[in-house]
Amino acid sequence: MEQHLLRLTVNDQDYELYINPKALLVEVIRDHLGLTGTKRGCESVSCGACTVMIEGMAVKSCSVLAMQADGMRVTTVEGLEKDGRLDPIQKAFLDQGAYQCGFCTSGMLMSSRAFLDETSNPTMHEIREGIEGNLCRCTGYNSIVRALDSVAKGKYREEGQ
Amino acid sequence: MKYSVVNTHVHNIDGIAKVTGRATYTFDVTLPGMLYGRILRSPHAHAKIINIDVSKALELRGVKAVVTGKDTLGIKQGIWRRYAELCDEQILPLEKVRYIGEPVAAVAAVTEEIAEMALDLIEVEYEVLPGVFDPMEAIKKGAPEIHEGVERNINVTRHIEWGDVEEAFEQSDYIREDWFKCSPQAHMCMETRCAVSSYAPDGKLTVWTSTQAPYYIQGLLAGVLGLRESDIRVISHYTGGGFGGKFELDAAQFCSSVLSMKLAKPVKIVFTREEDFIATKRRTPMYYYVRTGVKKDGTFMARETRVFTDGGAYTGMGATALYLTGFFHSFPYKWNSYRYDGFRVYTNTLPSTSMRGFGAPQGMFCSETQIDLIAKELGMDRIEIRRKNAHTPTYEDPGQATIASCGLSECLDRIEEWIKARGELPANRGIGISSYGFMSGGIFNWFDTPYSFSSAVVTINYDGKVDLHVGCQDIGQGSNTTMAIICAEELGVKIEDIRVHSGDTAECPPDLGAWGSRQTLMAGNAVKMAAAEAKKQLLEFAAAKLKPNIVYDLDIKDRWVHLVARPERGLDYFEVVKDALRGKAGQRIMGRGFYTPHRKGMISPAYSYGVQALEIEVDPDTGKITLLNCVTAHDCGQPINPIGLQGQLEGAISMAAGYGFLEDMPMEDGKIMNPNLVDYKIIRATEMPETEVFEIETFEPEGPFGAKEAGEGLTNPTAAALGNALFDACGISVNQLPITPEKVVNALREKRSAQNA
Repeated sequence: MEQHLLRLTVNDQDYELYINPKALLVEVIRDHLGLTGTKRGCESVSCGACTVMIEGMAVKSCSVLAMQADGMRVTTVEGLEKDGRLDPIQKAFLDQGAYQCGFCTSGMLMSSRAFLDETSNPTMHEIREGIEGNLCRCTGYNSIVRALDSVAKGKYREEGQ
Repeated sequence: MKYSVVNTHVHNIDGIAKVTGRATYTFDVTLPGMLYGRILRSPHAHAKIINIDVSKALELRGVKAVVTGKDTLGIKQGIWRRYAELCDEQILPLEKVRYIGEPVAAVAAVTEEIAEMALDLIEVEYEVLPGVFDPMEAIKKGAPEIHEGVERNINVTRHIEWGDVEEAFEQSDYIREDWFKCSPQAHMCMETRCAVSSYAPDGKLTVWTSTQAPYYIQGLLAGVLGLRESDIRVISHYTGGGFGGKFELDAAQFCSSVLSMKLAKPVKIVFTREEDFIATKRRTPMYYYVRTGVKKDGTFMARETRVFTDGGAYTGMGATALYLTGFFHSFPYKWNSYRYDGFRVYTNTLPSTSMRGFGAPQGMFCSETQIDLIAKELGMDRIEIRRKNAHTPTYEDPGQATIASCGLSECLDRIEEWIKARGELPANRGIGISSYGFMSGGIFNWFDTPYSFSSAVVTINYDGKVDLHVGCQDIGQGSNTTMAIICAEELGVKIEDIRVHSGDTAECPPDLGAWGSRQTLMAGNAVKMAAAEAKKQLLEFAAAKLKPNIVYDLDIKDRWVHLVARPERGLDYFEVVKDALRGKAGQRIMGRGFYTPHRKGMISPAYSYGVQALEIEVDPDTGKITLLNCVTAHDCGQPINPIGLQGQLEGAISMAAGYGFLEDMPMEDGKIMNPNLVDYKIIRATEMPETEVFEIETFEPEGPFGAKEAGEGLTNPTAAALGNALFDACGISVNQLPITPEKVVNALREKRSAQNA
């Protein structure tokens, strides 16, 4: 089978690997790199469980070929914490109980982080729009909205955001 | 404050694992030498299997095994184990397929792609039979016979009756009859059904799977595979959602096990989203006929209800749904007389089963919609008619249920206040209400378990850390946290002193698992009992030092072992643990607890209650409904885990509102037309209403610390409240779910033409 060289940086770690050029980014993240925090919930780019950040932008990793991310910086849920210190959005999810079964959570966190990075002082409606591409069957979203709101309002700022 | 841990703001104990991606779901499990399985599914709704030729598939490089029904013991299985006639499903059938998507063969190969390619090489010869797709057709004489010898395709019937219905109708001042149609709904768990099965030459099978009840899967697999129950270990540490769809045996579990036993290699099967839609099970669609008689003053005199449910191809948990829908259709009101006849009818469609609310959302949609119509006819206030007939503490539904705690009337008061405070609403806005309630676990032992319904073991280690082993299953609802809270409170330690072990049948005691809102009450009682027993052993050692009159004069709170009458006199918990272990020659302190409901009526040991109000806005041109506010007054007894409780409440609203106006599974000749997340709509963040909850605290004597059901009952009111809000806003009533824009526009048009006529 034809193999292409892929170079990418995931969670500040550089990787070089030979892959099937048709492989999706989500497949490379999960199956080649073993980073199983990123989930998959559909085959139709509909659920958002596989959301990661590419160069800081939230992307459903089942919607791009891994080769399209060649040379780019990818962040997955495993890259949110730094040396065991949680990102403010992770703390806020804990405080608000913004997850239940947890299967959508990784993707939801990545969409949330990307949204908060690019939006200052969002309204509640903007927050809802910011996570609209991510489905959650458990929470009804409102706890997630509260979590994003608390981070946006600076609740965790003194802790190093 | 009465409690140190109960009803405090405790983080979910699995939270760190879930927000950092460390939680390993079955979907994430990889074992050395693991093979990948795929399932070949029937394209026909009803057909005889004449022959299956797997030879070409076996020739494909990388394919390790192909199995069909002939490679199995051919046992018809079902979760209602106690009744052979309800065990009607061969996963991998030998003779006949009964719905589109039914498994006919399974392949194991070195990659998923090769397994998928091999499916195309399996040649199945079918003799296509006429199919029947609607219960009202399937029940007719001469309809195609789906299961041999089952007359008119009637799978199960249920009858509930109390009082003299005929006489009560005669005494009624007003009688109304309506037909309703309740749609199906997909569980749509974010993690699709999946399993990794690993059989070793020592004769032992280990199955990682996404389930609500590891013990059921262990028992059911033992039955169909011919293994001893204890030679099967089911592991399910994290489950990506369940909602009633993941406690029966599924094809991922069964086929991966059969393949693994043939090859003695691990085999992983993950359903695609499409497979999860077309070939699992779904919320039961129902036709409801409701005839109700009331007095002028609103007293509920008589109700006569006939229900025909679309059972699909197999029984599953459908038998329970048929009973519960009939009972909860009467709930939470006092009926002078009541008669329910339910018929579960086989059709050539995806089987139907339990789903969050378990038949009650359907029953309550029909009941609560009709109550608003009756109130309007009588010129009565909708709160008042409900208050007049509401359950009260210690009420008994003859032959069915004995109520202990009930905060329904306080819930009605609170919602009435909220509606009044909203004042006059702008045009095209309306508020709908619905009462509701639900059971705290079922009583009937249809699974035929010889074990207690729930059990728990508490072990105290030398360092004071407590190992809590439970069989109850955390599927996201937070039961691990709830059990840790109950254990910490009873034992008198802190939440961080507890380590919960669950989701592994080899480690944990049997428990009937997460369904029917049973765990907080039943597993909670078992945990409380185990913790109390362990505490008693500790206190025996403390007694020697503190010298109370009797050992019961001692207690532990916040790690302080003390005299109840003089709490300042005491000992450090950690010191007492150390002394106790040395005193017991190094044995750890262990407490065991168990719970099985006894003499609590036919249904459940306790019932939750509540009233929900939903405010909506209707666009009269397009029929589009926007959800604005959803306010719930809720009696779950003593709240245990407030973060978890709020999560259950908001999550239930999203699922139940989806049932009310978005979600449906339209079919053509048994084929589901929207088996993907583009066409099957669930609520997104922008569509959720604002939510508010008023907890009405009661004390349930049967529950741990007075707690009862809090998760599933909240799915019951929202569809009805949505329909009633439409009635309030526009004066139209839609009696078929989901209430789509098309149905709203049509109803508005009919109303206008009736007004103009």
